[in-house]
Amino acid sequence: MAPQFPLRLRERDHWNFFLTIPDMDRSKVKINSVKGSQFLEPLFEFSGACGGCGETPYIKLLTQLFGDRLLIGNATGCSSIYGGNLPTTPYSSNRDGRGPAWNNSLFEDCAEFSMGFRVTLDKQREFAVELLQKLADKIGAPLVNDILGADQSTEGGVALQRARVEQVRGKLKGDKNGDAIRLLGVIDSVVRKSVWGVGGDGWAYDIGYGGLDHVLASGKNVNLLVLDTGVYSNTGGQCSKATPLGAVAKFAFGGKPVPRKDLGLLAMTYGHVYTAQIALGYNDLQSVKALLEAESYDGPSLIIANSHCIAHGIDMSRGLDQQKLSVECGAWPLYRYDPRRAAEGLNPLQLDSKPPKIKVSEWAYTETRFKMLTKMLPEQAQHLMERAQETTDAHWRFYEQLAALDYGKNGKPEAK
Amino acid sequence: MDLSTTYLGLKLANPIVASSSPLSYTLDGIRRLEDGGVAAVVLHSLFEEQLKAEAYELEFLTTQGTESFAEALSYFPRPEKFVLGPEEYLKLISDAKKAVKIPVIASLNGVTPGGWISYARDIQKAGADALELNVYFLPTDPFMTGEAVERNYVEILKSVRSQVKIPVAVKLSPFFSSLANIARRLDEAGANGLVLFNRFYQPDLDLEALEVAPRVELSTSAEMRLPLRWIAILHRRLKCNLALTTGVHTGEDTVKSVMAGADAVMVCSALLKNGPAHAKKIRDEMLAWMEKHDYSSVTQMKGSMSQKSVAEPAAYERANYMKTIQSFRPMM
Repeated sequence: MAPQFPLRLRERDHWNFFLTIPDMDRSKVKINSVKGSQFLEPLFEFSGACGGCGETPYIKLLTQLFGDRLLIGNATGCSSIYGGNLPTTPYSSNRDGRGPAWNNSLFEDCAEFSMGFRVTLDKQREFAVELLQKLADKIGAPLVNDILGADQSTEGGVALQRARVEQVRGKLKGDKNGDAIRLLGVIDSVVRKSVWGVGGDGWAYDIGYGGLDHVLASGKNVNLLVLDTGVYSNTGGQCSKATPLGAVAKFAFGGKPVPRKDLGLLAMTYGHVYTAQIALGYNDLQSVKALLEAESYDGPSLIIANSHCIAHGIDMSRGLDQQKLSVECGAWPLYRYDPRRAAEGLNPLQLDSKPPKIKVSEWAYTETRFKMLTKMLPEQAQHLMERAQETTDAHWRFYEQLAALDYGKNGKPEAK
Repeated sequence: MDLSTTYLGLKLANPIVASSSPLSYTLDGIRRLEDGGVAAVVLHSLFEEQLKAEAYELEFLTTQGTESFAEALSYFPRPEKFVLGPEEYLKLISDAKKAVKIPVIASLNGVTPGGWISYARDIQKAGADALELNVYFLPTDPFMTGEAVERNYVEILKSVRSQVKIPVAVKLSPFFSSLANIARRLDEAGANGLVLFNRFYQPDLDLEALEVAPRVELSTSAEMRLPLRWIAILHRRLKCNLALTTGVHTGEDTVKSVMAGADAVMVCSALLKNGPAHAKKIRDEMLAWMEKHDYSSVTQMKGSMSQKSVAEPAAYERANYMKTIQSFRPMM
């Protein structure tokens, strides 16, 4: 034991040294890998979430992948509380002063609120393009053409576009022309932005479901990340439509009698919605891939992320193991549905987890939310667990068949 | 030849009972004990610590993070009552009751009165024919008086007694200042039987690792002298039944136990060492001895060598000490 304050002074120096270590050049990192993504600077740190929170790793990853061009519309809930502990915020900025733009409106309107970001950005970009073309003589036609035709599908492409925007700023600096002044106000919109609506299952499955469906149907390039804990975590573990069959929650005292709503399947029925179900604890690479694919898709995306929670009654230091078990028993199958594949004659649905290899009970009874029912209503618990096994098996078989449907080529070369 | 006896109100085909041991961990093990010839089985013990640990764990997991955030003061609904305890144990009882014809005696092992005792009710509900309460308590606190230790035993028994209607036996240790007194007090507090004696496993020292090493040593026939003496002393002085445990390996050991006054004779080490079928061998040896000596029933033998029956009662008391010492002649 030693007095704490002198130790902290020493650690302060260490911390300052740590901050001087240069970050990786984003354009040189292979970000579509777990290692590569973890080389990127997180722009989400020191949140006020519960120790071991299962949601925050997804947000951290999101900021690593798209942080300096990320716009988040956050549903009210845990993620808006630990994400906006005002006057402090865990969202930070990089050395260039860039970081995520974050806002929170209400609980129920997260998807629509985020779509508002997209509509605004699209309009700004439309206006910027109009002004660029109008001022092409002043700016230089080659630069304007480069900006309008830029490929920003990679980090390198985004960096080049930012450099072009800086050139435009340089050329129009001090220009009193009204159009030039207006262009400087919206020129940033030509750099590709990443719009995400982030919230929990209470928002996405229940209270904001109408709006979420509306945004998916709009076809707009809005990404929705559902941090699915299966309960209203922020208000103390009330049952939501994401609560699994058999789990005890507030308002589901005797165990939830019906299965979790298959939100992903509902989204897939549109055909144009990129949809993925992910769990960092089972396959972190699949999580990275899904986020990148969703972001690269020019249309609506829905990512449903398995998030362990204090309201599950688990040892929070083993949260990722719980996620793994939930996938291994088939209760949380991993998949990606990419509409772009259908256009190539491939089945858009890819199952990313293996067939169930353990019983649902082998996962469920490691969590108090299921186990406690055996202590309260043992017969009911047994009945619900049998039902949970049946519905999980049927659900997996259904997905297997969906993923096996022939979309034409299904990956095979065209017959001559 | 009538080998039957009555223990805890249960009619047993013979006095040999398998005492609490790993042999009764599984249903298959219990079946093998029945096939091996025991007349009743005491299941392995369910420990107070197990029950408490489960309750603490449930409490921890359902209350972690509570009262720390204004919008969510709790994360789980609070039922009025939880049914605690490993279901496996209860399931083993009910499965055993269906699988075997011999009486099944459950065993609870604990040292303090408290909520865990309510689990006795579930044991009764699961179908156990009786309950053996094993108070495995080693008082190491220099400030704890003998009276406090004894009160603890009586309180635990009373708590269990208030929870169940099935017969309850108490397994005792021999370490009491006045064993006869505590036996009487437990008898009066409602014990249907006393099991003499608990065999404390004495830890050994591992000199290489410099650790206290738990080490199980099986008993020998010589160890039965202590319970034998006390069964003989207590026989017909109490209302409750007496069971002898520790050191019973042969038919002769069983005969001695019954003659001292035991209603049941518990066997553990001999079965662990030789397998469950050894019970039959013990029974056959007892039978042969009885035939040879012209006994027609266990009842006839029971207590025939107890302190109240023998011609020289002092043989069980201090006077016997002098005789013993004087009878020993060291080899020169």
